[in-house]
Amino acid sequence: MKIVVAAKRVIDPENLNKLRLSPKGELDSTGLEQKANPYDEYALETALRLTENGTNTKQRLGEVVVVTFGPKATEPMLRAMLGTGADRAIRIDSTDDLLDGGVVASGLKALVDREKPDLVLLGYQQAEHESNEVGQRLAGLLGWPQATFAGSIESENDTALVVGREVEGATSKVRVRLPAVVTVLDKIVHPKSVVSRHTPANHAYPDGVRFAALMAIMAAKKKPLAELALGDLTREAPRIRYSAAELPPRRAAGVKVKSVAELVAKLKTEAKVV
Amino acid sequence: MAGTLVVAELSHGSLRRSSLSAITFAKQVGAPFAVLALGAGTSAAAKELAAFGAQRVLVADDPTLHDYVCERFAPTVARVVQDGSWDTVVVAATAFGKDLAPRVAAILGAGYAPDINLVKIDGAQRRYRRPMCAGNVFGWLEITTPLQVVSVRQTEFSAAEPGSGASPIERVALAPEDAAAKGIEFVKLEATTSQRPDLAEARVVVAGGRALKEQFMQVLEPLADTLTAAIGASRAACDAGYAPPELQVGQTGRTVAPQLYIAIGISGAIQHVAGMKASKVIVAINKDGDAPIFQIADYGLVQDLFTAIPELVKLLRAQS
Repeated sequence: MKIVVAAKRVIDPENLNKLRLSPKGELDSTGLEQKANPYDEYALETALRLTENGTNTKQRLGEVVVVTFGPKATEPMLRAMLGTGADRAIRIDSTDDLLDGGVVASGLKALVDREKPDLVLLGYQQAEHESNEVGQRLAGLLGWPQATFAGSIESENDTALVVGREVEGATSKVRVRLPAVVTVLDKIVHPKSVVSRHTPANHAYPDGVRFAALMAIMAAKKKPLAELALGDLTREAPRIRYSAAELPPRRAAGVKVKSVAELVAKLKTEAKVV
Repeated sequence: MAGTLVVAELSHGSLRRSSLSAITFAKQVGAPFAVLALGAGTSAAAKELAAFGAQRVLVADDPTLHDYVCERFAPTVARVVQDGSWDTVVVAATAFGKDLAPRVAAILGAGYAPDINLVKIDGAQRRYRRPMCAGNVFGWLEITTPLQVVSVRQTEFSAAEPGSGASPIERVALAPEDAAAKGIEFVKLEATTSQRPDLAEARVVVAGGRALKEQFMQVLEPLADTLTAAIGASRAACDAGYAPPELQVGQTGRTVAPQLYIAIGISGAIQHVAGMKASKVIVAINKDGDAPIFQIADYGLVQDLFTAIPELVKLLRAQS
């Protein structure tokens, strides 16, 4: 199976609470570390599990191509993903002001037309804008089936996937015939969330994503990393424009109650929530 | 005609309450609106939807729409938008709405404002506000295409109230089945074993920290049952294995905004607060009176949770 994984470099989610506004009212992320969007790392882990025997992860049974839209500074992220196990990387040279979900989906569509993968995997959303739209848009543009909010994937002979979509209070199971687009939740990296015929049924992965061994990081320096211009793939312009940002109102400390009885009374008569 | 098309969400014929948040949005922007219901056996839901002042209630009723898959729904929604020349499409930001809306936007070449918590109208210009960056920032955005696709948060767009009017109900045709629809098959819906509401939808969330140790569920379940609440957990409780990871509330877990959030034995690390600070009322119960959680709690109780929670359960049960 050939899989394209789309990844975005974002502000480290652990530091998002340190975002400030500039005097002009623009977001200021100066000094905050950037890293791969965690959900896209889960997408890569999913791609690796689908293209290997879990008991011999050094051998790739298929091809995994990671793609990002970003400036040259995003290349260390791609190198790290190559070190983790991807075979090739493609950077589509661009800056965030040229992009929105529609532009990224349109660029990915052109890339998919060239690469002809069996599957495109993405995180269900990225940690900054959280717009949760690129996978659905891409599937719509390609005319492919989509499975969003994937918490489990079972490959049926690499020609179809049974995907467990985590929806409110339930799992919606769908069977998508490949090629398809799938977007993943964190649950996809649980030990038995990804099942394929290449890995023995009793095999359990460690919980979470794998880390690159030093040797693999060294070897990744020799793996191909191609650069494309955004204009080679799409001429589209963003359809949305962020014009301002504000910080949500801060909460003030409330009152301390002396007993459980007083708490229940306040919740009932004052806050009216029980 | 200009106006808003509300796409309602049905669950096996019954109307989901989230749809009423999308109707609230349509009423706020003021233009005429229609509501579209898709499913197999829509007559009860259509009748219910006819009471909200819509110009029309449109129904796409067909056996192939019995179970939701985007590939069957999105092309029909897109076709109704084009046939009716609607300039706005709105859904509630549920798993259904978030799955459907971007594909509809892609088919129609439209811009999409996801998960908004406020809309402001300045003359012809509409500005949408939405939480981003795990709730740490509100961004304002405008859509630059003539057609605007929007999903609205139920926490800020409260459910519309029915009136006395009865909108006419009209059937609409389905879009033809395309390759994508042929490539997907609905298998089944498995209810999560827990009968509790989902974290994102719950009116009340009861969340515990590491202090609960191995008694995490034993202490929290009776309280959650009493309040029909969802159970959440701090990252420390999940990392220590006291609570399953999917219950984690916080920057790297789920973001919630219930009417009532009860933080039990949670210190209030910034990481956790980011995921729950939009809750309407926050209660903190912790034996450490200096815990940072008290700085954001509306009501704080400094008491050992192992005595406080059973007492709380007893008093709440006595009330109901």
